[in-house]
Amino acid sequence: MTEILSQYGLLLLVGQFPDGPIGGLALTLLMSVAALLLAFPVAVAVAIARTSPIPAIRRAAAFYVTAVRGIPLLLIIFWAFFVLPLVTGVTSSPEITVICALVVYEGAYLGEAIRAALEALPKGQTDASRSLGMSYTATLRKVILPQALFNCLPSMMNQFVLIVKNTSLAYIIGAQEVTFSANSINAQLLTRPFEVYFILAAIYFILCYSLSRLSRVVENRVLRKRSRVTNQPITETPSLARVPS
Amino acid sequence: MNLHSLAVLADPNVQLLFLRGTLTTLELFFASAIAAYALGALLVVIRMSGWLPSAAVGAFVEYHRNVPSIVQIFVWYFGVPQILPQSWHTYANAHLSAFFFAVVALSLNAAAYISEDLRSGIRAVPTGQMEAARALGMSYLKAMRWVVVSQAVRGAAPALVNQALGLLKTTSLALAIGVKELMYVARQLDGETYATFPSYLTPTLIYLACTLTLMAIGSRVQQSTRFTR
Repeated sequence: MTEILSQYGLLLLVGQFPDGPIGGLALTLLMSVAALLLAFPVAVAVAIARTSPIPAIRRAAAFYVTAVRGIPLLLIIFWAFFVLPLVTGVTSSPEITVICALVVYEGAYLGEAIRAALEALPKGQTDASRSLGMSYTATLRKVILPQALFNCLPSMMNQFVLIVKNTSLAYIIGAQEVTFSANSINAQLLTRPFEVYFILAAIYFILCYSLSRLSRVVENRVLRKRSRVTNQPITETPSLARVPS
Repeated sequence: MNLHSLAVLADPNVQLLFLRGTLTTLELFFASAIAAYALGALLVVIRMSGWLPSAAVGAFVEYHRNVPSIVQIFVWYFGVPQILPQSWHTYANAHLSAFFFAVVALSLNAAAYISEDLRSGIRAVPTGQMEAARALGMSYLKAMRWVVVSQAVRGAAPALVNQALGLLKTTSLALAIGVKELMYVARQLDGETYATFPSYLTPTLIYLACTLTLMAIGSRVQQSTRFTR
């Protein structure tokens, strides 16, 4: 197993990078980060649409979320492979295709996570802000979203772990990420599939396990901060309480 | 996008192809679902009874949660036969199909998630329930069966239905090891006829029909279990 690592470790980490396109684990991470960053605005929009006061928008967003939840990611990837060239006019690389498919997919799942955070905020926040004369958009932008997005940091990190795992499907359409590297190593060695796939599983395990551990740490932070905010005793004359003497 | 390509779907051979693919997907789903729920329940029992160190079950669960399903399928299909004893290896090559290994990988994966759902369902039942049942003279097993587990399953029901939904969608990964399920068939048709739109529209509709049914069951279950405690 150590010979495989020493001989092919670099291929697993960065693919054929200095001499060819970047691949391996580096590409897995790049694709995951890109998918998360691009999916984030989509997800926020979906979450806002899901809680919109206008029924038509709510229904359209619900339709999108249900449709995405109802089909396998692999099918979304195949659709992206077919639809993207129709929209853009050029054939896109497998990496771009998978990132787009993941944005569509995570737009729904991350959107649901953000919606849960939006709905978990006390209703008084919206009421107070609206009665202070702030518009719907100002309320969202200045009061609701900052709190909700902070509260759902842990679930965003969990979604990131899911994205990392889901990028493994890119292998099926030929993106040269870490699963692809492992498959080509297996094809070269032929006789030692167990070691190769064990190493691949170990790589994913180390990465995703540490990320989900990290998300648990963040979750505790968020919970502590929230409890500090809500448990603070309200002083009777707030305007005078903090005035330095 | 030309809609003339939809004419492909009128071909009885294509219809038969999709029918076979759908049946294979459903076979994969039901075989792995039955194994996964049984094994998931068994894992909870093992963890709570202490037959095995709880860290062993924990490691099993973490492995399946932190490694992509497709890699788990590869490990079972390509990797595991290699480390079996020679005689088993020969038997596996001769008798066990990609379908079999896909079911093994999918059901172990789902079992890990199901056991966690069941466990958190059991933890959500207040300990007073068990104590009261025992105080009334029920044996441990009876109290478990009639008081704790019945409430735990009810509490975990929506999550359990969701796992079925996830499992149905994960069966599509079996195409990577050549199981001729719905996605495999769609890809094959696309490759042979270049009728991309109908090739992917059909599985989309079939998957949606199946998953919407499961979602409907899920929301029924959720409604019927809402005001029980």
